[in-house]
Amino acid sequence: VSAPAPDLLQLKLVFVTGKGGVGKTTVAAALAQLAAEHGKRVLACEVDAKGDLAALFEAAPTNFVPREIAPGVAAMSMDTEASLREYLKLHLRIPIVGRIGPLAKAFDFVATAAPGVREILTVGKLCYEVRERHYDLVVVDAPASGHIIGQLAAPQAINDLVKVGLIRSQTDWMLDILSDAQKTGLVAVTTPEEMPVNETLELTTRVRDETTVRLSAVVVNRVLPELFGQREEEVFEQLRTPESEAVLSERAGGSVAPVLEAARLAVTMRRTGAGHLQRLQAGLPPDLPVLLLPEMFTRTHGLRTTHQMAQSLGEELGH
Amino acid sequence: MAPRRATGASPTIGHLLSAKEIVIACGPGGVGKTTTAAAVAAMAAAEHGGRVLVLTVDPARRLADALGLQGIGNAEVRIDDEVFKQAGITPRGELWAAMLDTKQSWDDLIRRHAPDVATRDQILANPLYQNISGRFVQSHDYIAMERLYEIHSEGKYDLIVVDTPPTRNALDFLDAPQRLADFFSSRLLRWLIVPYRSRLVNAATKPFYSVADRILGTQFLADISEFFILFQSMYEGFVTRSDAVTRLLSDRRTTFMVVSTLEATPLREAEFFSTELTARKLHLGAIILNKVLPDYLRDSSTARLAQHMADQVDALAEGLTDEPVVAARVLKEVAESFLHFGIVARREAEQQNELKGAPDILVTVPFFDADIYDMGGLIRLGQQVWD
Repeated sequence: VSAPAPDLLQLKLVFVTGKGGVGKTTVAAALAQLAAEHGKRVLACEVDAKGDLAALFEAAPTNFVPREIAPGVAAMSMDTEASLREYLKLHLRIPIVGRIGPLAKAFDFVATAAPGVREILTVGKLCYEVRERHYDLVVVDAPASGHIIGQLAAPQAINDLVKVGLIRSQTDWMLDILSDAQKTGLVAVTTPEEMPVNETLELTTRVRDETTVRLSAVVVNRVLPELFGQREEEVFEQLRTPESEAVLSERAGGSVAPVLEAARLAVTMRRTGAGHLQRLQAGLPPDLPVLLLPEMFTRTHGLRTTHQMAQSLGEELGH
Repeated sequence: MAPRRATGASPTIGHLLSAKEIVIACGPGGVGKTTTAAAVAAMAAAEHGGRVLVLTVDPARRLADALGLQGIGNAEVRIDDEVFKQAGITPRGELWAAMLDTKQSWDDLIRRHAPDVATRDQILANPLYQNISGRFVQSHDYIAMERLYEIHSEGKYDLIVVDTPPTRNALDFLDAPQRLADFFSSRLLRWLIVPYRSRLVNAATKPFYSVADRILGTQFLADISEFFILFQSMYEGFVTRSDAVTRLLSDRRTTFMVVSTLEATPLREAEFFSTELTARKLHLGAIILNKVLPDYLRDSSTARLAQHMADQVDALAEGLTDEPVVAARVLKEVAESFLHFGIVARREAEQQNELKGAPDILVTVPFFDADIYDMGGLIRLGQQVWD
C-alpha cells in the first residue's frame, strides 16, 4: 500500500512522456505555465529539442543555458555533451581533461561504447538542478514512452554495471532523488485512441517494474466534448430523419445535411474515444489520478492555447 | 509544387509497389504507420501476387489479431488465406509477417558472425553486450536495417514492407549502419583496447586511462575492453555488412513511403523527413496522410449556414419534435460542433497545401469511424491508399 500520489505542483522534478503525437510537449508547457502561475520558479527542459516547447510560449528556440521564456518559466534544451562539460568542470577539476584530445570525440566514443552514458548525463543534469534548488520545479519534456524507460532506468543500469569509481558515487544521489515519490514523478500523456492507450497501459507496468520512479498521473489529451446526453441523442436521431432534415433545410435556407453529418461524425469519434478512455481507466491502478484535457479547436498552437491548457490542467488538479 | 506526373496515367501506390522490392514506411509515431504498412502489404499480396512480407516493429496485439495470428514473433509466418477469404478476398499471392525482436536479432547476428564458439559465448555473456542489445536505443535502429538486408538477400520475398522503429530522430535508422561502421573503425576504440591487451601504457596515453578509470571504474573499463576485443574479430564482417545495408537503402528497388497525419507536429516531422530523403538521394515514393477530416467541413457556405443555425435554434426546432427545448439545444450543439471541426479541417488543409517537397504520389486517407481490427479493415484502408 503506497501513499496517495502527491499533487503535481508539489513535486520537484516531473518527467512528461507519452507516445509520439499525443501532445506531451503541450502538456509539459501547460504544467510549467500552471506552476509559474502558482508562484513557482520553473525550469522547463526539452530533451529531444525540436524547439516545440519554446514555440508554445512563442519564444525563440532554447539551448543548454536556461533562459526565461515566460514570467517564472525558464527553459533549456538538453545537450549531453554540454552536460558532460559542466559535470567535468564541477566535479573533476582535472587539468588533463584539456589534454586528452577534443572532448567531443572522447565523449562520442564513451557515449557510444557505454550505453546509458547519454541518458545518465541527461538525468544527471536534471537531478543536479533539483539538488541545487535553482528552481522549485523542473518540468521535463521527456523522450517518447518507447525511450523514457531507458532514461529513467539509466542510473540503476549504470549502478549495476559500474561497481566503483566516480560515476558510481554520482548515480547514488541521483537514485535518491528519482526514487523519492515526494520529489520526482512521471506524467504519462495519452489521447483517447487505441494505440496511445495500449502504450500507456504498457508503460505503467514497465515504470513500476523497471524503474524507481513513481507514475504520478495520466493525462488524457484531446478529449472531445460530449455533444449530447441520451435524451438529446434520441432527439438528434429524430432531427436526422429525411422529413425533419427537409424542414430544417427549408427554414435555414440551405441544406443542413453536412452539418448534421458532421455532428454524427463528432458523436462517433467521441464514442470511440470514450471506449478507449474506459479501457484506460479500467487498466490503471485505481488511486492513480487521470486528468482529462479537452480538444482545442484553435487555429494555431501558441501562447493562447498554452494558457488555456494550463487553465484546464489546473481545474483537473483542483486548483 | 506541382506533382510530377509519369506519362499516361497518374501514378498510384499500387503502381509504385509493382516495381519495387522494398518499401520502407517511415514517419512520426502515432500516425498509423504500422497499420498502413500492413494494409499496403495485404493489398500487394491480394492484387499483385507473389510473396509479400510485412516486417513490423510494433508488437501490437491488434495487428496480430487482424492478421489472424496468435502473436507475431521474430520468425516469419504466413498469413492463412482463410483470413483473406473472411474479408471476401482471394489473394493472388502470399502474405507473410514478422516482428523485429531486437535482442533476438542481435543474438542471431553474433551467432552468424562470431569466428568460433568460444568468442560467441563470451560475447553473449558480456554484461556490456547484454546491455547494448537489450536497451541501447541505436541498436534497435541498426538491427532493423540489418534484418531487412538479411531477409532481402535470402531472396525469399518479392516485396518487403518495413514498418520502421519509432526513433528519437526519424532519420536515426538511416544512419545507424554507417555509424556502427564508423564506430568500429575509430582510432579511439583501438586506443582504449590496447592497454588491456598488452598492459603497455605509454606516457602519451596514460592520462586518458587514468581519467577514464576515475570516471568509469576499472572493472567497467575492463568490460568495455573485453567486449570490443571480442567484437574486433567480427569487425570486417560488420563493416562490410553496414556498407551493404547502406547501399541497399539507396538501391532503385527500394522506395520510402512517408506516413503522417495533418496535425502540426507530425506533419512537420514528416516534411523534414521527406526533404532529408531527397537530399540523400533516396527514393521518396509517396506521402500518405491518415485521418483526414472530410472536405465538407471546410465549405464556407455551409459554415455560414451553421452559424445562422446556431443563432436561431428555437425557430428552427419549432414543432419538429415533442421536445422543442431539447431539440433547440441539440441543434445548437450540432451547429457549434460543425464550426469547431471546421476550424480544425481548415487548419489541416492549409498545412497540407504548405507541404513542401511533395513526391509523385500524395494520398489522403479519410478518418475511419471505427478502429481497424481485422483483415477486412486492413483491406478497406489499403483500398483507400492503393489507386
